Amino acid sequence: MHKQLYETIGETLYKEKLSNGLTVFLLPKQEMAKTYAIFGTNYGSIDQDFVPIGQKERIKVPEGIAHFLEHKLFEKEDRDVFQDFGKQGASANAFTSFTSTAYLFSATDNIMENTKTLIDFVQDPYFSESSVEKEKGIIAQEITMYDDQPDWQSFMGTIKSLFHNHPVNIDIAGTVESIQDITKDDLYTCYQTFYHPENMVIFIAGNFNAEEMMAMIQKNQAAKTFEKMEDIQRFYPEEPETVAEKKKILEMPVSIPKSIVGIKEKSVPQDPLEFIKVDLYLDIIMDHFYSKGGQFYQDLYQSGLIDSSFYYETSIEKNFGYSMIGGNTEQPDEFAEKVQAQLLSLSTKVIPNDKFETLKRKKIGQVLRSMNSVEYIANQYLHYNSIGFDFLQLVPVLEGLEAEELNAFLNNWISEDRLAVFQITPEKK
Amino acid sequence: MIAKFRTHLNREDITKRALLPYVLRQGTALNPSRAEIESKLDELYGAGLGIDGGKRGESHIMSFRLELANDKFIPNAPDMMQAGIELLKEVIFEPNVYNSAFNEDVFNREKETLRQRIKSVKEDKMNYAQMRLIDEMCEGESYALHVQGYEADLDSITAGNLYEYYKNLLVNDQLDLYILGDFNVEETKQLAVKTFSQKISEEIVTSNHAEHKKISEPREIIEEENIQQAKLHIGYRTNCTYKDPGYYALQVFNGIFGGFPNSKLFMNVREKHSLAYYAASRIESHAGLMFVFSGIAPEDYNKAKEIIELQFKDMTAGEFTEEILEETKGLIINDILETLDHPQGIIELYYQQVLSEDNVSTDEMIEHIRNVKKADIVEVASKIQEDTVYLLTNNGGGTDA
Repeated sequence: MHKQLYETIGETLYKEKLSNGLTVFLLPKQEMAKTYAIFGTNYGSIDQDFVPIGQKERIKVPEGIAHFLEHKLFEKEDRDVFQDFGKQGASANAFTSFTSTAYLFSATDNIMENTKTLIDFVQDPYFSESSVEKEKGIIAQEITMYDDQPDWQSFMGTIKSLFHNHPVNIDIAGTVESIQDITKDDLYTCYQTFYHPENMVIFIAGNFNAEEMMAMIQKNQAAKTFEKMEDIQRFYPEEPETVAEKKKILEMPVSIPKSIVGIKEKSVPQDPLEFIKVDLYLDIIMDHFYSKGGQFYQDLYQSGLIDSSFYYETSIEKNFGYSMIGGNTEQPDEFAEKVQAQLLSLSTKVIPNDKFETLKRKKIGQVLRSMNSVEYIANQYLHYNSIGFDFLQLVPVLEGLEAEELNAFLNNWISEDRLAVFQITPEKK
Repeated sequence: MIAKFRTHLNREDITKRALLPYVLRQGTALNPSRAEIESKLDELYGAGLGIDGGKRGESHIMSFRLELANDKFIPNAPDMMQAGIELLKEVIFEPNVYNSAFNEDVFNREKETLRQRIKSVKEDKMNYAQMRLIDEMCEGESYALHVQGYEADLDSITAGNLYEYYKNLLVNDQLDLYILGDFNVEETKQLAVKTFSQKISEEIVTSNHAEHKKISEPREIIEEENIQQAKLHIGYRTNCTYKDPGYYALQVFNGIFGGFPNSKLFMNVREKHSLAYYAASRIESHAGLMFVFSGIAPEDYNKAKEIIELQFKDMTAGEFTEEILEETKGLIINDILETLDHPQGIIELYYQQVLSEDNVSTDEMIEHIRNVKKADIVEVASKIQEDTVYLLTNNGGGTDA
């Protein structure tokens, strides 16, 4: 078991890659009452075109299958796994994103038992025709719930405007129609390929003994057998650098229009450290210009173009990236024009050195504060691990960032053909 | 650190109390612009400042929250605690005021922000359906007041009369201040007392005991909108608040009925009949209310309502196992313990003691939960009455119901 001390944040992390391929991270925090464990696979909604384990031909599976699989793993032949966690005083959950699926629990008692339950239920699928059919009704209601949420519609609408072919432009849960095609056999195929230990990571943070925990997981894994795993071959269509649709408007029953400017990010560096730098630059740039003290925010605020719903976000993954700036506004076109003009002006802007130091300091403080939460550390660690970066090194990396390099990135960040506008307007009576 | 200002909810002031956090957050006398206040926070290693208003039973509570990083992990950091307490004081007591009125530009701009906020409440259908249920069910009760305020009140609020109200709030609201973290208690206490000494009033706001409203027959209200998924919300009178001896049994009742993913609502409405993605219940411990909420296909309304009512009937008849009873108690206790890991959660638990005028420690709370017996639950269940069924459904969906 590899042990590493991170002095800047006062944490110790234990790591081990087991012989079946599973990577285990343990972060004991004795001052906490609670323990949080997350068991994730590097498999999300965008992974729908691949060569199944042990086969030669590539296949394409229905939209929404990764999320469907997440739901179905909780159901066993004789019981629902929520009941097992309930008996052990734990609250369990799961989520599916574009790039990953994860199962988790938090508990203040029975930590070993709960961890075992978590690993065992994820590694012991039971799918039947009837239970797959039954789940379609539940997921259809989950999808229609999102259909009625203007915020989700504006997010997915912007993504669809940005991407021509990349499967990130498909709703994570699929559509009510697409999930009808999902069968028990499809689920097993995806499960066997993507839930191989080689493709999975478990991260546990909280109040437990690291040696005992590692020994329990090793023993648990040694008792199970898995097929030999080669690299999974996944396929993503060719994606142009430019956006798919410059402007799109959707009508929905909203009281105030929504307007979002989307930025399609250029392809990101594959080297983990370079990747993380781009991630941090985007964060710092957005913060500098669009957080509530920022100059661009102030311009929008004083022009009366935004209200308290204003937001920005940025996300980059291995093979796609996007940023969004948007909110409710009575003048959706003026908002979109102004934000696009602001973004285009960035090619000649400079963030001065002293301001850059303050931004860095702010980010360091925020990271340190967030680390009070075991959920935050575990989730972030898993996310960054998928691109090969050690999240607990984030503070030193932040400290080492340089203004000059950031400004070079800033000046090359935006180009007109990578901007798109998506709006939601009230229905015409 | 959190400072909480509390008073009784009333219709006259609710919009002013909704507007104040927006205005105060924009700046202070010393740092009059948003940019200045934000750069002040940035200097404190990205401290987080939030001001919000909320209701708990019959009370309105305005909270000022400031979160700081521990300076132990930051080399050469300034004294964060002192700077933080002073900043919090500045935001609360030294607003950007001119001629006995809030800065006019900020005020007008924030009034529009609140107007848009009020108008957009309809967008989140789950919240909207819940608000409509309470409008109908609690008509005339202060609990029904909209915490985001009323658009109709906005025109009569001015930068001057809002400032008047603010001064009045500083004197008449009950103030509680909480500071939590890794620091020297005596030093910090002295610092806080010194800094906050200008809040001189020792006002204590007492709770009104919620009147138990009599209900004859449950009412059914159906409204239509252009939506895909119908929202079914049911309101109950529990006739039991945190002050009543049956309160802990009520918490366990709610847990078994619809509080967790192994509850009756989840297992039946979702897992067995696959009618919904979510089906759950929760209690309002101050106003004596319980709510069930679920998102369903419009055509499944009657079926879903029947299944929910059947689960409720089973609960009152004691149709649940000792096993689920023990599991649910364990889950509630786990929730309490987990709350204790979050600084905000610890403060909220302590503040709960202030609200309930009762010094029940978390250990005692846990003990009370542990002691709940099946008979206690049946007893508390016999007092719960269904009050109002509210359905928000698609256009034309109301006619099939």
